[in-house]
Order: sequence, then structure tokens, then C-alpha cells
Amino acid sequence: MADAAVTDTAPEAHDAHGHDGHGAHVTSTGLSNNKLAMWIFLGSECLLFGGLISTYMLYRGRHSENLGPDQVWDIPFTSASSFVLLMSSLTMVLAVTAAQRKDDRNTRLWLTVTALLGSLFVAGQVYEFTTFYREGLGFTTSLFSSSFYTLTGFHGVHVSVGVIMLLATVGMILKNRIPGDKAEVVELVGLYWHFVDIVWILIFTLVYLIPA
Amino acid sequence: MALIERPAPDTLTPAVATPESTYGAFRRPVHSTGWKSWLFTIDHKKLGIMYGVSALFFFLVGGLEALLIRAQLAGPEGTILSADKYNQMFTMHATTMVFLFVMPMAAAFANYFVPLQIGARDVAFPRINAFGFWCFIFGAIFINTSWLLGGAADGGWFMYAPNSSVPFSPTNGIDFWGLGLQITGIASLTGAINLIVTVINMRAPGMSLMKMPIFTWMILVTQFLLLFAIPVITVALFLLMFQRSFDATFFSVEAGADPLLWQHLFWIFGHPEVYILILPSFGIVSEVLPVFSKKPLFGYPLVVFSGAAIGFVGWGVWAHHMFASGLGPISVAVFSVSTMAIAIPTGVKIVNWTMTLWGGKLRFTTAMLFAIGLIVQFTVGGLSGVTHAVAPSDTQQTDTYYIVAHFHYVLFGGAILGIFAGLYYWWPKMFGKLLDEKWGKWNFWMMIVGMNLTFGPMHIIGLQGQPRRMYVWTEARAGSGFFDLGFWNLISSIGSFVLGIGVLLFFVNVFLSHRRHGPAPLDPWDARALEWLTTNPPKEHNFDRVPTVGHLDDFFHRKYEDRGEDGHHDFHQVATAEELMAVEEANADPDIHLPSPSYWPIVLAFGLPVMAYGVIYNFLLIPAGAVIVLLAMFGWSLEPHTATEADYDPPTPEGGAELEVADHG
Ligand code: HEM
Ligand SMILES: [Cu+2]
Repeated sequence: MADAAVTDTAPEAHDAHGHDGHGAHVTSTGLSNNKLAMWIFLGSECLLFGGLISTYMLYRGRHSENLGPDQVWDIPFTSASSFVLLMSSLTMVLAVTAAQRKDDRNTRLWLTVTALLGSLFVAGQVYEFTTFYREGLGFTTSLFSSSFYTLTGFHGVHVSVGVIMLLATVGMILKNRIPGDKAEVVELVGLYWHFVDIVWILIFTLVYLIPA
Repeated sequence: MALIERPAPDTLTPAVATPESTYGAFRRPVHSTGWKSWLFTIDHKKLGIMYGVSALFFFLVGGLEALLIRAQLAGPEGTILSADKYNQMFTMHATTMVFLFVMPMAAAFANYFVPLQIGARDVAFPRINAFGFWCFIFGAIFINTSWLLGGAADGGWFMYAPNSSVPFSPTNGIDFWGLGLQITGIASLTGAINLIVTVINMRAPGMSLMKMPIFTWMILVTQFLLLFAIPVITVALFLLMFQRSFDATFFSVEAGADPLLWQHLFWIFGHPEVYILILPSFGIVSEVLPVFSKKPLFGYPLVVFSGAAIGFVGWGVWAHHMFASGLGPISVAVFSVSTMAIAIPTGVKIVNWTMTLWGGKLRFTTAMLFAIGLIVQFTVGGLSGVTHAVAPSDTQQTDTYYIVAHFHYVLFGGAILGIFAGLYYWWPKMFGKLLDEKWGKWNFWMMIVGMNLTFGPMHIIGLQGQPRRMYVWTEARAGSGFFDLGFWNLISSIGSFVLGIGVLLFFVNVFLSHRRHGPAPLDPWDARALEWLTTNPPKEHNFDRVPTVGHLDDFFHRKYEDRGEDGHHDFHQVATAEELMAVEEANADPDIHLPSPSYWPIVLAFGLPVMAYGVIYNFLLIPAGAVIVLLAMFGWSLEPHTATEADYDPPTPEGGAELEVADHG
């Protein structure tokens, strides 16, 4: 970002009305406002998850006798749901390329599939939470459980928000209510979606795979 | 996707009307006068004024709380406040001053002046801007309703857990505090994203980063600090809420929790927060000093880079707030040294300001006095700050009045004097009226005398060992001679009332000046930066045409020509502001589109306190608030691009530019 930001915008780049011939917004960096905003927002999200992950790492060992990570995890199950989420990143990419080809049908299709995969992941999380709860691991059972539910819960909320964003985008494309560049809007949702995915890979590795 | 904005308003779409509203309920409001024009506005200048007015209101609230504290401590065994009420008073005093006055006041200036200083028609996301403002207002009101609903927060502004958990603070005060700060946090975060995008993307043609006005620079650094600090306090506040409302044990030592977790999370936010409070004022002062010295800012690049350096180093030093908490000698040494490192960029700034004054043609206007006042008073605070960076002396001073003295010299002498410099300097720009200089000087001197009388003695009181946050002090430890506690406490309390009167003089000044004085001249101070290249107050569309920038201090270079040779400067005035303005008006852009106001930002923000009351009182309110939020998002994204022609009552065309309200944001 730094070097892009430092470049001067040549005055000629703006016509009298401040927009170029293609109707796109001329910005000092050439990056659209929306995209820049999304990147900046995701930067801030890194610290949110940083704080939550640190809290979990601090408290992962502080659990009661038989309800520690090693006793409750069902690694194959969580691996499967992680795989589902990873696949959704792939379908998201397909949606973005379809949008860039101005292929509305396939854009909608892949966005919907991505939303479905995302929902499947959230459903898996709900299932996992209920199983843990049945086994006696409540939100307040131990420091470990509180920080585990907080961290993964926050991530689950992020995925859910992403699903809403995906479906809203589908709706807006259907109703032709997206102002400006459709492909860019899809790309923005994609950025968010990939971010949430990457965070999950981090969480899955740190929380589930590395033994306490 | 409701929160993704349409292109910014200076993306001028063709004048052909976009599809008109077919959604009766989702029409856009069109009010350009009356209270509705404020309620639904998305104009960054109106929002700036609204931020400013509310912040000044909370300044009075926080000041009143401070006066009650000082009245209580004027003599031994004070009886004005109970121990309980005293705890609430200093907690809310600090919370109000930090979160509800200084931060929103900086937001006021930033919102109003950043687009003007970079030659933009608006911010990048006008509706999100309005949403942020309403989050601030609703969060602020929410926190303060706790006074009426069973008592305010009483854990101190850093709310050390586990002291802030239910067994130690069973009333709802801290719940109000935490939830309210989450809501105002949304204001800060959305504001940060909005302003960063605005500054990075929407600068006028030709304005490279190193030609950007210094105030805008300091705001940019501040917004990056906010961007990364807010999520950390968000995590901390969520953990606290889970602890208090849902019985989690994040901070309960008896459950095995780490007693330092809160402190780390809080100070990773809290230390940058100190710079969030002070950098905007540094920016203001760096605008004011050159104008009234008739010289460019000395070492502009150094001031920029030291500002950025403060931004970076600010992240590595949080633990200097924790020397007394048993971190271990190595951590303490590391943080002690890194803390002293931060004195370097700060010192650079002081040197640059002084060099700006050096040999200048000084004009001691009120704004200039406040700016010089900042240099002097902030330096005093900086010096006592250095004694804290030294861990051994810090462990002695911690939690005594010495530190109260220190941070008030920094916050009052720094942040607040800077804010007042900004108020006097920019008032004519914002309201088209000059504030009275005579009253202004009384205002200034009363505040300076008052603050030194109030906070100066606190050094002595502190060295004598009077602890902070104690609701009484006793004759038994009164000290004698130079360290006579009774004497200095009384002086400090008297000083605080002098200071209070000094602050009130500002409001008297505003009132009288607006009654007595005519319109301000176009360029009353012979200013340098771009915000003066428009009328006072600016038109709704900011500039008649988007300026093309050739210089740092572009406005100055439009007025003055450099006839010097060989690097020797010799400036001659070639144009007056009036002449420049006439040219702008004659060449005004033929059609300018600004976004219509919108109902949804205020509705969306309103859903949040409803949910927050739900957490405290009745969980059913949470879904109710969520429904409001979702409906508002729905409305937000379905809102037509423009108010329909029929709805719209066109304002009188100004300066040849025909205003058309259309599209966007
Ligand atoms: C109007 C003039 C002011 C006066 C007379 C005043 C007075 C005081 C006093 C006496 C205390 C100590 C309470 C105690 O420890 O028992 C205090 C605390 C504090 N004040 Fe101020 N203050 C003023 C303005 C400000 C401003 C402008 C700010 C911030 C921008 C501020 C921030 C704080 C903070 C952060 C604390 C610490 C509260 C705590 O311990 O939790 N004050 N003030
Ligand atoms: Cu600090």
C-alpha cells in the first residue's frame, strides 16, 4: 500500500468532473474506496482475532481433569468441516472469476454454493458445540472452555455474517441493485470470505492440531 | 452487504437521473433546513459540528465531575461524596473526558477539516460517517443513564479486572460502561476506516502525501492507531461482559485465571490511546503556529515522520503502565528503555515548533496563545513523564497524586489546549464569525492559571504520598512545611474552580461574539492550508471546483509569489483570498452531485443501545434490537440512489454551481 499511496496522481487523470471516461472513480491510489476500506477493515480484524487467540493460548491448559482439549476433540470431524470451509474458498474464487466474465448466472450459482458450504460449516460447529456440551463442557466449565467457545464462537459469527453477505449479494445481483462494478462487489465479499477462512486455518492448527 | 457504500460523491455520475424511488418507504429524506436536516444529514461538515457540540457538552459534564472530586478533596475528611459516589465520580470523570470529549472532539475537527484540507467534496463513506456519529451519541447517552439506573461504573477508567467483576462491583455500572464503550467503539472504528480511505484515496489532484496539511497527517496516524487499538479493547470488553453477565471466569484468580490478562489487553489499547488523544492536538498546533509566525512549519517532513514514529513505537511500550504489577526485571528493563525511546520523536516535535516560532513575525492571537501554551504545559508533563519511564522512581510515584499531576499536564496541557487552539483558529471557518479576542485572552489566561494551580500542587501532594483514588485524606498524614497537604489540596481545589470558570468563559465568548460581531473576513488569519480556499462557512459542496494542488501550503502559494533567488525566499502577495475566491466561483463546476440525506444511519445505530439494555435487563430486548439493526441494513441497501425530483426542494444555486442531489453514499 505504501508505495501506491505515495504516487502523485497526475492532474490530467481527472477531467473537469473528477471521473474518468469509464465511469469509475478516480482515486489517488487507483484502488477503489470500497476495496481499500475492506482491506483496512480486515487489518483491524487481525487484531481482534489476535486478542482472542492469545487469550485462548494463555488458557488452553487450564481445564478440569477429564475435559481438556485432548479428551473432547473429534479431530476427524473437525477436519471434515474445515475441509468444507476450505472448499468454499475455492467456490468463492469461481464466483469472482464468473463475475469478472460478467456471467451473472454462474456468479449467483457459485455465491450460493459458497453460502451453502459456509452454512454447512456453521452447522458442523453447532453440532460440535452441542456434543461438547453434552459431554459436560459448558461455557463456564473452565478457563479453557470459556476461551475456546469465545474464540470459535466469534469465528462462527464471522462465517454467519459472511453467509448473509453472500446471500445478500445474490439477491442484489438478481434484482440488479448493485451500483457500479458488480465484479468488484463480489470480489469484496470474496476478500472477507477468504480472510475468515484463513483465520480458521490458523485456529484449526493452533487450537486443534498442536497438543497443549 | 448493506455496509458497502456506493461510490463517493465526487465520483460525478452523469446528470441523467438514475432509476427513481419506487420504494415509498425507502425514499430518501431531502430536508435542507430545520432539525431534520441535522438528524438525517450525511454531510461531513454538519456531522463535524454535531460531534463538536456533543463533545463540548460532555466536557462540561466531565468538568463538573472533576469539580465535585476536587470539592471533596479540598479539606481533610471531605463529606460531599460518599466513598461509593467518589469511585463513580472519578471513573466517569476519566471515561467522559477521554471517550466522550477528547476523542469525539478530534473526530469533530477531523470530520470537518480533513476533506476540506485535501480538497475533497466529502468523505469516502458519508452514510457510514453518520452512522458512526450516532453510535457515539447513543453509546454516550447509554453510559450516562447508569447514573439514574443504580449507579455508574466505579472501577476506575482502566477498570482493572478482577476488581471490576461482580463480587467487587455488584451494581450494573460497569455493564453500562463496557457495553457503552463497545458502541462508541463502533464509532471510532468506522470513523477510522472512513477517514483513512478518504485521506489515502480522495486527495485533490497533485496532493502527494508530502504535500498534505500536517493536521490531516496527524489525523491519519491517529486513525491507524484507532484501527488497531479498538479491536483489542473490544476483545477485553467482551471478556469482561462474559465474566460479568455470563459467569465466565477470565479474570477470576481463584479459578486459575491470569491476573495480568486484563492489564495486557487494556494497555495494548490504552497506551496507543494516549497518542490517539494527543496527536490530533499536535496536528492543530502544527497548523496554528506557522500561520501566526508567518513562516512555514519548520522541518515538515520531520514532523510527519516523528508523528508516524510515535504511531509505531506506541505499540511496543504498553507495559510501562504495569511496572508495579510484578512483570519481572527483564520485561521492566525492556519496556523502560522503549518508553524513553518515545520521548525522542516527541522531543523532535517540540524542537520543530520552537524553531517555527524562532525569528517569525509572531502574532499573539488567542489561537496562537493556546498553541504556545500547549508547548509549554505539555513539556512540563513530558518531563514528569520521563521520571515514570524510570522503573524505580515509577514504583514510588505510581498511584499517588504525582501521576495524576503528570497525566493532567499531558492531557489538559496537551490535548485540551490544542483543541482550544483549534476552536479559536477554525471558528470563523466553521461559523463565519470571529470569536472575540479580548474574551479569548481572558479565557486563555484563566485556563492557564487555573490548570497550573490545580495540577501543579498535585506533584507535591503526590511526593508527600497522598494516594490517588482515595475519597478522603486525613489530618494524620497531613505533612508540614512545604509538604503541607492541607495547604496544597486547598490550592488545588481553588485552582480547579478557576479552571472551571476559565472554561466557561469560552462559552460566554461564543455567545457574545455571535451576538455582537459581523461576518468574519474570508481569510482572517492569512492562512496557509487548503480549507481556506472556500467560503466561511463552506458551501455544501465544499469547493466550487476541485482544486489542483501544486505545493505544500497550497493556499499560501496561491496568494504569495516567491521572488527570491538561490534558495533565498522573498514572498510577495499577488492575490487576496477574495480574488482567489472570485476566480473559483467564476470557474465553478457546472454540475455537482451530493448524496441525499438518509434515515438509516440513525435507525441502525439506535438498534445497538436497545440490544445493550437487553444484555443488562431483559434478554428479549436483544432480538428486538437486532431486528431494528437488520431492518435498517435492509433499508440502507434498498434506499434509492437519489431523492426523487418531486421530493426535492432545490436550494438556491450558489456561485453559479447548480446543486443537484443525486446518487451515492
Ligand atoms: C477540568 C479539569 C480537570 C480536573 C480538575 C481534574 C481532576 C482530576 C482529579 C482530582 C483526578 C483524580 C481522582 C482520584 O484519583 O481520586 C482525576 C483523574 C483523572 N482525570 Fe482528570 N481532571 C480534569 C480534566 C481532565 C481531562 C481533560 C482528562 C482527559 C482528557 C482527565 C483525565 C483523567 C483521568 C484519566 C483520571 C484517572 C481516573 C482514574 O484513576 O481512573 N481529566 N482528574
Ligand atoms: Cu503508556
